[in-house]
Amino acid sequence: MFRNAGSAEVSLRVSLFITCYNDTLFPETGKAVVRVLERLGHTVEFPAGQTCCGQMHYNTGYQAEAMPLLERFVAQFEGAEAVVVPSSSCVAMMRDHYPKMALEIGKAELIGAVDALLPKVFEFSEFVTKRLGLEDVGAHYPHRVTYHASCHGLRNLGLGDGPVRLLKAVRGIDLVELKGLEQCCGFGGTFAVKNADVSGAMLADKVSAVLETKAEACTACDNSCLMHIEGALHRQKMDVKTVHLAEILAGEEAAQ
Amino acid sequence: MSGVGLDPKTAPLFPIAAKTAMGNTQLRKNVRHATDLIQAKRARVVGEMPDWQDLREAGKQIRQHTMENLDFYLEEFEANCTRAGGVVHWARDAAEARRIIVSLVKASGSEEVIKIKSMTTEEIQLNSALEEAGIHPFETDLAELIIQLGEDRPSHIVVPALHKNRHEIREIFRTKMNLPDLGDQPHDLADAARMFLREKFLRVKTGVSGANFLIAETGGVCITESEGNGRMCLTLPETLIAVAGIDKVIPRYQDLEVFLQLLPRSATGERMNPYNSVWTGVNAADGPQIFHVVLMDNARTEILADEEARQTLNCIRCAACQNACPVYQQTGGHAYGSVYAGPIGAILTPQLQEMHYAQSLPYASSLCGACYEVCPVKINIPEVLIHLRNKVVKQKGLSAEALAMRTMGMIFRSERRFRAAQRLGQVAETPLVRKDGWIGWLPGQLGGWTQARDLKKMPKETFRDWWEKRGKNGN
Repeated sequence: MFRNAGSAEVSLRVSLFITCYNDTLFPETGKAVVRVLERLGHTVEFPAGQTCCGQMHYNTGYQAEAMPLLERFVAQFEGAEAVVVPSSSCVAMMRDHYPKMALEIGKAELIGAVDALLPKVFEFSEFVTKRLGLEDVGAHYPHRVTYHASCHGLRNLGLGDGPVRLLKAVRGIDLVELKGLEQCCGFGGTFAVKNADVSGAMLADKVSAVLETKAEACTACDNSCLMHIEGALHRQKMDVKTVHLAEILAGEEAAQ
Repeated sequence: MSGVGLDPKTAPLFPIAAKTAMGNTQLRKNVRHATDLIQAKRARVVGEMPDWQDLREAGKQIRQHTMENLDFYLEEFEANCTRAGGVVHWARDAAEARRIIVSLVKASGSEEVIKIKSMTTEEIQLNSALEEAGIHPFETDLAELIIQLGEDRPSHIVVPALHKNRHEIREIFRTKMNLPDLGDQPHDLADAARMFLREKFLRVKTGVSGANFLIAETGGVCITESEGNGRMCLTLPETLIAVAGIDKVIPRYQDLEVFLQLLPRSATGERMNPYNSVWTGVNAADGPQIFHVVLMDNARTEILADEEARQTLNCIRCAACQNACPVYQQTGGHAYGSVYAGPIGAILTPQLQEMHYAQSLPYASSLCGACYEVCPVKINIPEVLIHLRNKVVKQKGLSAEALAMRTMGMIFRSERRFRAAQRLGQVAETPLVRKDGWIGWLPGQLGGWTQARDLKKMPKETFRDWWEKRGKNGN
């Protein structure tokens, strides 16, 4: 088992919130999160009743539909030691909106529970760098990779160069910087279908930047952006794959 | 005659207008070039300010405090402006503001007016109202002049002709000013404009301006600008008429210290505007001897009443959000169907229409947050966009989308239903999946996805299925 010099702390009980779309469309990301956390000596739990954080509803204007999902999330994860989420936009949803949603619902217990729970909720890379204080998680990934900073991670969560520091510590990786790192890829949830033309134009810019890096893989902390970028790369018959950051960090030399 | 105004009441939906705009490759090139340039300048001058975040917070606090006490500060402004010799008028809406201004111009005895660049006059489509009344308005800001002569419409709050390059501008000047040999160097164009405008400055006796700030403490009207044409319009005419939204008021003269740092750095990437004028009433020794200020509501009090959207009124019209917006960068301003384009336009326009029009604008954003990051008064534009989306949803009631969202909501409220939906999805997509395991076409609104992207087929096993199996196998 790999352990970083700085990670001598006790083993944590980590509750995984996989998110609805990772559960359904990107199970490999969830498996990778489990692999990394267990490799670092932590225990992973998966509350079975979890479904969705409510982001799609909330951001599209269906706030009323998101309210019960907040209550569901709290019921599932209340009492957790730490909650890890491999999606920065879902964490941003919770941090930015759950407190005021709880106030609007108006139940005193819920308001208190949200306040107590939110400081324990971490985006995956954030959990590793900020909660565990690690950069090197003992990963091996001998490929040319470029990192896309998804907007919610960059701006709402303030991940900064955390994900890049994690990638730099990966053995064998050839990390190449993406031009226009702070530019949105154009996904934006329902924006991608409601404003398909604009979203497509933004995507075209992002894909050109990715191709310019000549990377074999584009990574990010959000599979939503990656699904969107992957969709265009595949449409254009480009041999560049997209892979969630957790899957790179889960890479091991023996498995290569 | 100026071009047809941008009217949210008749404008096409944003996605449709955006598609048309993006078909114009020259426009896209111009917009990208200009916004990149301004953004780089802004980043440079903001980066050299160690207290930039404190300034932003100060700006936010002052604006917030003002909005919470707007009635008080407006009356203070009125009293002080009147004391200094100005005449204050109150306009409930655009129509009333137009009526007041037209009658004031007529009373001044002039059939022409020289104008300082003003978004408020664009908002109320003042020029066409003046023309209908037989009054000829001359725009004196270089970019507004280009727009007026080109019978075009502004596409940016600060740089209204940003969508034009200098070759296009030369063509407009060559035809409209009758200068067949005009060059296309910046100084050629500036010279031509100077010659054209100077004659107007000296001849026309009535000026119309907007306002960057109304100072309650002194009754002064502050105008900031880069070209000096504004100073000409403020000093040369006999009659000066300023029109401003009621949101433009600031409490104290001292508050300019904050805003005159925030505004130029955010707007044009300048450390300071070359011309900062504060015009307070009438002075017998010099300047216009008749000074009117028209304070206009035009739905601003409705915005004020909405606690979550109130911060919209904090805007100081710097357009940094427009320059930073990846959507605006693709489409330019006209696609928004409003004189206020970009992220601030997407929240301001529908609210100025009291949510009766422009309902597609709150959706004209990927919620990337670049606007919030650069806003000098920290308006959380994504938050307001989401709030307005909620208003639109409530307004529209039952729709196919609302039904789908309700169904999804029901699914997510139960683990059993969620698992059933996951399985159903795997079955339902089967007819759409190609041999290579990808989907290249989706029906209905989802077709927007497959317009530029493929979609990988769903994996056979969900994460939770894997997790359960793993548990059963004892890891």
